[in-house]
Amino acid sequence: MKKYLSFFTIRFLNGLQYRAAAVAGMATQFAWGYMRIKMFLAFSKANPAAMPMEFDQLASYIWLQQAFLAFFAVWILDNEIFEEIRSGNVAYELCRPLDLYNLWFVKNLAMRLSRAVLRCFPILFIALVLPKPLSMSLPQSPASLILFLISLALGLFVSVAFCMVLYITTFFTLSPAGVRVMAISLVDFLSGGIIPLPMLPEKLLFFLELLPFASMTNTPLRVYSGHIAGTELAFSLGLQLLWLTVLVLLGRFMMKRALTRVVVQGG
Amino acid sequence: MTLYMKYLAIHLKSQMQYKVSFTLNAVGQFLIAFSVFISVFFMFSRFGSVADFTYNQVLLCFAIVLMAFAISECFFRGFDTFPSTISNGEFDRIMVRPRGIVFQVLASKIDLSRIGRLVQAVVVLIYAIPTSGVVWSPLKVITLVLMLLGGIAVFSSLFVVYAALCFFTIEGLEFMNIFTDGGREFGTYPLSIYGKEILKFFTFVVPLALFQYFPLLYLLGRTDNLLYMFAPLFSLLFSLPAYLLWRLGVKRYTSTGS
Repeated sequence: MKKYLSFFTIRFLNGLQYRAAAVAGMATQFAWGYMRIKMFLAFSKANPAAMPMEFDQLASYIWLQQAFLAFFAVWILDNEIFEEIRSGNVAYELCRPLDLYNLWFVKNLAMRLSRAVLRCFPILFIALVLPKPLSMSLPQSPASLILFLISLALGLFVSVAFCMVLYITTFFTLSPAGVRVMAISLVDFLSGGIIPLPMLPEKLLFFLELLPFASMTNTPLRVYSGHIAGTELAFSLGLQLLWLTVLVLLGRFMMKRALTRVVVQGG
Repeated sequence: MTLYMKYLAIHLKSQMQYKVSFTLNAVGQFLIAFSVFISVFFMFSRFGSVADFTYNQVLLCFAIVLMAFAISECFFRGFDTFPSTISNGEFDRIMVRPRGIVFQVLASKIDLSRIGRLVQAVVVLIYAIPTSGVVWSPLKVITLVLMLLGGIAVFSSLFVVYAALCFFTIEGLEFMNIFTDGGREFGTYPLSIYGKEILKFFTFVVPLALFQYFPLLYLLGRTDNLLYMFAPLFSLLFSLPAYLLWRLGVKRYTSTGS
């Protein structure tokens, strides 16, 4: 446990060094969030009755999405891992007295956390003080804040577990490009990254909410504003937990298969 | 020009060596654009219209912006990946060759997999042209062509600005995404829907609206003012400061010496 913790710390501190990138990232994400909200505002003005959620719930959704982008974005991948697999350097990693799955999992977790920590607070602060209707609302109660944080953590874990499956696929395909680009485009949409899932037709929403992708962005951000509450909340959290377990087991299984037949290429 | 054609042929050949990777990349480009398209579709199936624009009218906008972006990204990729050209010393080699610098950077990378986006834009445009309710006339066809040219000019200039800024700093240039990728995303809808201030910004500072919103009004017959039709020509002016900034950067350049 201690070994993984120190890997986590190293990665985390390393990530904190990129401050200029973080400032630029914040500017980008802030602009993005602002434009998205303006876009939804225009739609809701055209037809207020068609809004599937309150506007301040939507605004909170967008701002949280921008603030915690690093938690969910599937395109934040560790190129070193792809390179290790492709070049065969992964053999060195296998010599260490560590479980490779855990090691990579922890590294990814640290990378995402450090990125988010640098960026989220200024974005959240500005989002809270903006004028209505653009502003983010405060959580309804301490209890709902705690539930949100639990769901957020689960969402982060599900995202990392999904990325682990992507990394491990490279053992079989050797070229990460294809799987990567497909995953990015599909997951972004299916997780509610482009438009919140409730904007979709209800029948489609029913199926999409069951998929693992909805457990990433969609669930935590709707839990925050109380758009998911009551029994639905319990169900959603359970589903997040279920998908986390499934993805971790799948990743571990694939890794085991990959490592029994791994061919390290050349000297 | 013949030299550029030779470069183009070389890039084509080399990218065709990895056919699977090329195809997957192109398909991926298509899918990324498609996920934006499908969200536009669902937004309209729920809300019906936005700020007096219908689904098919917005598609016209979407297609032109996407097409301009895809073409710019394909041919100006050398500027988009310029930080690595500087850091790996490739730019030093460019400086000592007896050809124009801009030309060489242009020719250094041509990313044909962007065709995935282009295909999508063409399909959507073909669908939108008859269904958008535009009464087509020779003048309107010219407007459409001007919009596309203006769009290519603005996006290309943005890539040049990005590359030029690399001469001054390489840290924190991520913010340029607001205008390049952002321009493509925000430009999905007529820029007026974001409010007056945003529209002003995208008219006078980064002139996306000059090839998008204003000529669109002319296309849709909401104004007969020919100034709106020729607005894309003004957006061409944006390439001037971009080029000057680039020149300034080149002048300042000192090699990293590696």
